[in-house]
Amino acid sequence: MSIRYTRLSGLEPLVLTPDLNFINVGERTNVTGSAQFRKLVKEGRYEEAVDVARQQVENGAQIIDINMDEGLIDSEAAMTRFVNLISSEPDIARVPIMVDSSKWSVIEAGLRCLQGKGIVNSISMKEGEALFLEHARKVRQYGAAVVVMAFDEAGQADTKERKIEICSRAYELLVNDIDFPPEDIIFDPNIFAIATGIEEHNNYAVDFIEATRELKQRFPASHISGGVSNVSFSFRGNNPVREAIHSVFLYHAIAAGMDMGIVNAGALAIYDDLPDELRERVEDVVLNRRPDATERLLDVADKYKGGKGGAVVESAAWREKPVVDRLSHALVHGIDQYVVEDTEEARQQARRPLDVIEGPLMAGMNVVGDLFGAGKMFLPQVVKSARVMKKAVAHLIPFIEEEKKKTGDAGKSNGKIVLATVKGDVHDIGKNIVGVVLQCNNFDVIDLGVMVPTQKILDTARAENADIIGLSGLITPSLEEMSQVAREMQRQDFHLPLMIGGATTSRAHTALRIEPHYKAPTVWVKDASRAVGVAQSLVSKDLIDDFMTKVRADYAEVRERHRNRGSGKQLVALSKAREQRYRGDWENYTPPAPRTPGITVFDDYDLGELRRYIDWSPFFNAWELAGKFPDILTDEIVGTQASELYRDAQNMLDRLIAEKWLTAKGVIGFWPAAQVGDDIEIYAEPSQRKPRVTLRHLRQQVDKPVERPDFCLSDFVAPKDTDVQDWIGGFAVTAGIGIDEHVARFEADHDDYSSILLKALADRFAEAFAERLHERVRKEFWAYEPDEALDNHALIAESYRGIRPAPGYPACPDHTEKRTLFDLLDATANTTVELTDSFAMYPTAAVSGWYFSHPDSQYFVVGRLTREQIDDYAKRKGWDRSEAERWLAPYLDYDPD
Amino acid sequence: MSTLPWLHPDRVALIEKGLSERIMILDGGMGTMLQGHRLDEAGYRGDRFAGGHDSLHDHDHPGECNLKGNNDLLLITQPDIIRGVHEAYLEAGADFIETNTFNATRVSQADYHLEHLVPELNRDGARIAREACDAMTAKTPDRPRFVIGVLGPTSRTASISPDVNDPGFRNIDFETLKANYIESARALIEGGADTIMVETIFDTLNAKAALFALSELFDELGARVPVMISGTITDRSGRTLSGQTAEAFFYSVEHIRPLSVGLNCALGAEDLRPHVQMLARIANAAVSTHPNAGLPNAFGEYDETPESMASTIRDFAASGLINIVGGCCGTTPAHIAAIAAAVAPYPPRVRQATDQAA
Repeated sequence: MSIRYTRLSGLEPLVLTPDLNFINVGERTNVTGSAQFRKLVKEGRYEEAVDVARQQVENGAQIIDINMDEGLIDSEAAMTRFVNLISSEPDIARVPIMVDSSKWSVIEAGLRCLQGKGIVNSISMKEGEALFLEHARKVRQYGAAVVVMAFDEAGQADTKERKIEICSRAYELLVNDIDFPPEDIIFDPNIFAIATGIEEHNNYAVDFIEATRELKQRFPASHISGGVSNVSFSFRGNNPVREAIHSVFLYHAIAAGMDMGIVNAGALAIYDDLPDELRERVEDVVLNRRPDATERLLDVADKYKGGKGGAVVESAAWREKPVVDRLSHALVHGIDQYVVEDTEEARQQARRPLDVIEGPLMAGMNVVGDLFGAGKMFLPQVVKSARVMKKAVAHLIPFIEEEKKKTGDAGKSNGKIVLATVKGDVHDIGKNIVGVVLQCNNFDVIDLGVMVPTQKILDTARAENADIIGLSGLITPSLEEMSQVAREMQRQDFHLPLMIGGATTSRAHTALRIEPHYKAPTVWVKDASRAVGVAQSLVSKDLIDDFMTKVRADYAEVRERHRNRGSGKQLVALSKAREQRYRGDWENYTPPAPRTPGITVFDDYDLGELRRYIDWSPFFNAWELAGKFPDILTDEIVGTQASELYRDAQNMLDRLIAEKWLTAKGVIGFWPAAQVGDDIEIYAEPSQRKPRVTLRHLRQQVDKPVERPDFCLSDFVAPKDTDVQDWIGGFAVTAGIGIDEHVARFEADHDDYSSILLKALADRFAEAFAERLHERVRKEFWAYEPDEALDNHALIAESYRGIRPAPGYPACPDHTEKRTLFDLLDATANTTVELTDSFAMYPTAAVSGWYFSHPDSQYFVVGRLTREQIDDYAKRKGWDRSEAERWLAPYLDYDPD
Repeated sequence: MSTLPWLHPDRVALIEKGLSERIMILDGGMGTMLQGHRLDEAGYRGDRFAGGHDSLHDHDHPGECNLKGNNDLLLITQPDIIRGVHEAYLEAGADFIETNTFNATRVSQADYHLEHLVPELNRDGARIAREACDAMTAKTPDRPRFVIGVLGPTSRTASISPDVNDPGFRNIDFETLKANYIESARALIEGGADTIMVETIFDTLNAKAALFALSELFDELGARVPVMISGTITDRSGRTLSGQTAEAFFYSVEHIRPLSVGLNCALGAEDLRPHVQMLARIANAAVSTHPNAGLPNAFGEYDETPESMASTIRDFAASGLINIVGGCCGTTPAHIAAIAAAVAPYPPRVRQATDQAA
C-alpha cells in the first residue's frame, strides 16, 4: 500500500514529504502560550498581533497555530478577526493555518475564514465517539486536516499503552467509519511536563517517544505532533535549560517518528551544541535513565541560566577564536551580533574581498548544510544562518564593487544570468550566494527568487535576452522539477546554456536525469566557487565548445560508469593481444546449426510464464538493499525491509499480470557467421563468402599470463579460413509496452514508490524474458542443448552453455552496434522497441544482445582500450578517430586530443 | 459524504465511460452568443418584467430596476434564445452543456432585487439545458450529452476585504454563501442537472462554501451528483484573485473528491498551460480547462480565432494534459467545433486509480 502525502495549503502549497523531516508549527500566536500575544489581543492591538504571526513565518514556521482560548476574550470573534486579518497578508497567508481551540465553535469560526487547507487542533473522544465523528465529518467538509488528541471518555492518555490504544481506536473510527484520509490525521499523543519532582511524571517523555514509535509504525501515512514546550514546563524561567530539554526531546522523538511539533520557531538549540554536561543530564531526564536524574539536572540548571553565568562564559569563549572560526560559529548559530566586525576583520586579512565569501563564509554554510542534512539542525536555524550570511555579504559588496572599479572592468557585463529556485522549493541560500559571486564577477544577475514556475523562468530568460539560466534546489523533489524545466526548455526550443546547482543536485543526477532532456549545454555546478568559471566558459565563444565537449564526455562517462568500471592495469599492444586470443579447437569441433534459421517473432509473450524466471537479487540492489535472494529476506539488517518490498512486488505482480498492465514482445534470429580478425561476418545463406553485414568487436588488451587469452567475442565463432560452418544469433525483447500509462498514473498520485516498483519489475520482466528465451533457444530454436534441465537458480548462475552479450555492455561496449543487431532482427517493427540517437532502447524495459553457442564462450570485460585499438576500430567502422573516441569515451586508456 | 450513492448512477456511468474513452467537450461562452441578439432593456424584461420588476411577485421596494445585463433572467424572458445557444454548442460537438445560471444566486440577483427568482432561474436553467441535451442525445444515442449545473462565484469575495482601510472587514461570510449555494444547487438538481460545477473561482473560500453547501445538500437528498471544480487564474502572476497558486487551490478543494478539476476564464489557453500542467500532475480527478478566446483586446473583445485556439489546445491534448476541454468568454460554436476536431485524435489524460475520484 502506498503512502499519500499530506497536502496542505495557504496561498502556497505545503506537501508533507519525508524530505521535510520535521514540520515547525509556530506557537507564538497562541494566547495560552504567549503572554505578549494575549496582551495584544486583549487590548485589541491586532496590527501588532499580526506582526507576531509574521515573525513566526519569517523565523521559519511552516504552519502557524492560532489559539484564542482565554476567558476574557470573545474567542470566536477574535479568531474570525485575526484569521481575516492575516489572510490579507501574503507573506503570512502563504503558510497553512492551524486553528487551535478546545471549543468547537471557535474552531468552526476559524475554518469559515480559511481558503487554504489548514489543520484543526484538535478533536478527541473526550465526549464520546458520536461527537468525535460528527466533528471529524465537519472537518472534512471544511476541507482541513485534523489533530487527534489522545483523550477519551476516561481522560487524557499518559502511558505509552493508553496513547497507542486511544490513537489507534480513533484512527480506525476515522478511516473505517467515515473514510477520513489517513494522511490527514495527525496524532497528538500528549506531551506532559517531566522533571516535576513527582515520580509518576518521570517517564512521560519516554511514554510519548515510545508511543510515537509504535503509532508511526502502525499508521505510516499519518503524522505525530505535540506541543513541545510542555515538556520543560517545570523549568519555567530558565530558558537555556528549557531549550536544551526541547532539543534533546525532539532529537529522540523525531528519530522515533514525530514529524510535526508546535514550537517557538527560531528558538531551538542545536543538539550537538549543548554543553556535554548539560546534554547528558537533560538526556537522563528525558529518557528517564536514572532515578536521581531530576536532582542532577537541578544541580547544574542555574549554571546555564540565561543572561549571566555559563552562557556568557560560553559566548566569550567563541569570541576568542580566530576570525575564520568565529564566522563559522556565527553562521552555525545564527548569531548576527558580531558578523559585520568579523567580516571586516576577515576582509582585511584577505587578498581580495571576494575571498572572504568563497572561503570562510562558504565553509560555514557547508557546516550548516551538513548539520541540516543530518537532522541536527532545523529549518528555522538554517534561515537564521542565511540571514547572517546575507549581512556578511552585504558588508562586502561595496568593497567588491570598489575593487571592480580599480581593476577597470566595471560596467562591462560578462553576460546575463537568470537564477531561480525551482517550483516547490524554498531554499535559496546557495542560489543567493551564487548570485552574489556571479555579480562580483561582472555578470548581470536576474534572481527570480524561490518557488519559481517553469514558464516564469523561461519567459524572463526570453524577455531579458539572457545568456544563461541557472536552476537551484535543495530538496529531492526539486531534482525532478529541474528535469521538467529542462524538458520544457527543449519543447519550447530554447538554446541557452542551463546551469544546475543546489545541495541535492549532483554530477550523476545531472548527467542521468537532466542533461539527456535538453540539447543545449547543461552543466552541473558543484558549488558557488565554481559558478564563475562555468558561467565564463558558457558565455565565451572561444571556450564553450571545448568546455562542453569535456562536460558531455564526462556525463556520458558518468552514465556509463553506472553500469561498469574499467580496470587500471597496464595494457598490451593490440598485436600482442590478438596473438594471445582464444583459439578454439576448430578441427575437432562442429558448431551446431540452428533448428530455425532466420527470424522468429514472439508477439505478446505470457507474463505469467516469465514470472518464475525473474532474478530477484538485482531487484533488491536497485533499491539499494544489498544481498542475495532469497537470503536477503531473512538478513539481519535489511531483512524486514526486503521482505516488505518483496511482498509489495508480489502484490503488484499479481495485479499487473491479471490486469495486463504490460505487454511483452520479442524477436530472435540466427545467421551463418564466421570470424574475420576481430570482426564477425554474417552471411545471407550458409557457405556464402560475401558478408551481408559485418559485426565489429573489441578485444581485451590486458596484460595476462600466456595461458589466459585476451578475449574478443569474435573468438567464439569459427574463423572464415577454417571453412567450418558456424552461426551467430541475436535477440531483442521488451516487457515495457504499456508501462507509461501506469507510471503516469502513479506519478500523478505522488506515488513514486509504486512507480519505481513498476519500472523495476518491468526491467526484471525484460531480463526474465531474455533468460527464458535464451533457455528456449538452447533447447528448441538453436537446440544445441535439447535436454537441458536447469532450475532458475542454475539459470541465474549461468551454468549453461552459450552466452548472450549485449551491445553497449562490457564484452562489446560499442552501443552503435545495436543498430546492426536491430536491422538484422527488424526489431523495431517486431517488438516496437526503438533506438534513440544515442542507441538507448525505448521502452527502457528492454534487452537485446547476441547469442554465442560455443561451449567455451564466456562473458568478459573488454576494459580499457589503447589509441592503437581505437584507430584500428575506427578504420573498421568507417569512423574518424574522434567519433570512435566519442562513442567509446568511458573506455579510453588515454586522454583524447 | 463521499459514501452516499449517486442520484443518477446510470448518468454517472455514462460520463465515466466517456471520460475513459476520449477527451470530452464542454460548451463555450454564453455572453458572446447573447451579444449577437442585441437585446435591449425591453428584450431582457419581456412581458413579466415589463415594469422593471417581477409582476408575479409582491416587491417590497419601490420603482423599477434596469434588467439589461441580467443574462440569467433570459431563462425566463427569452428561453428560446438560451435553448438556441445550447443547441448550437451541441451541434458543434459539446458533450457537456453548462446551465445559464452563472449569476443565479441570491447574492448576485440582489443587484436586481430579484432574489426570490433564484430557485426558478436554476430550475429553468437546468430544465432548458436538459431538454436541449436530451433532444441531441435522441439524435446521437451513442453520444449522450450531459447537463452541468453551474454555480458561479457570486459578486462578493469571502476572503478579501472591500475596504482598503480595514483588511479584516468582509461584506459576505461563509454561512451566507453556503445558504445561497444550497438554494441554487437544490434547484439545479431538481431541474435535471447531471453534475454541479463550481466555476470561475476567484476566491477559494467562496468555492469552499459552495462545496460545503453541496455536501450538506447531498446529505439531505441522501444521494450525490458528481462535482466539477474550475478555478480562475486572474492574471499572469499565476494566482487566483485571492492569492493562491493552482497547486494550493487544488489542495483546498480536493476534499470533495471532484469528478474534475480545472481552470477557466481570465487567461487564454497558452497562458493557462503551466497551471493546467500542474493540475494534471497532482490531481486524482479528471482535468478540465475552458479558457477565454485569448486576452481581451483594447475594446474588451476576445479575438483569438477558432484555429489558433484549437491549435494551442491540441498541444495540451498531445501532451496528455486534459480530459475535458471547452471555452469561456469570447468563444463560439466555431471555436468549440475547432477544438473538438483538434483534440479528437488524442487519448484523454490518464487518470489515476479511482479510489479518491468521484
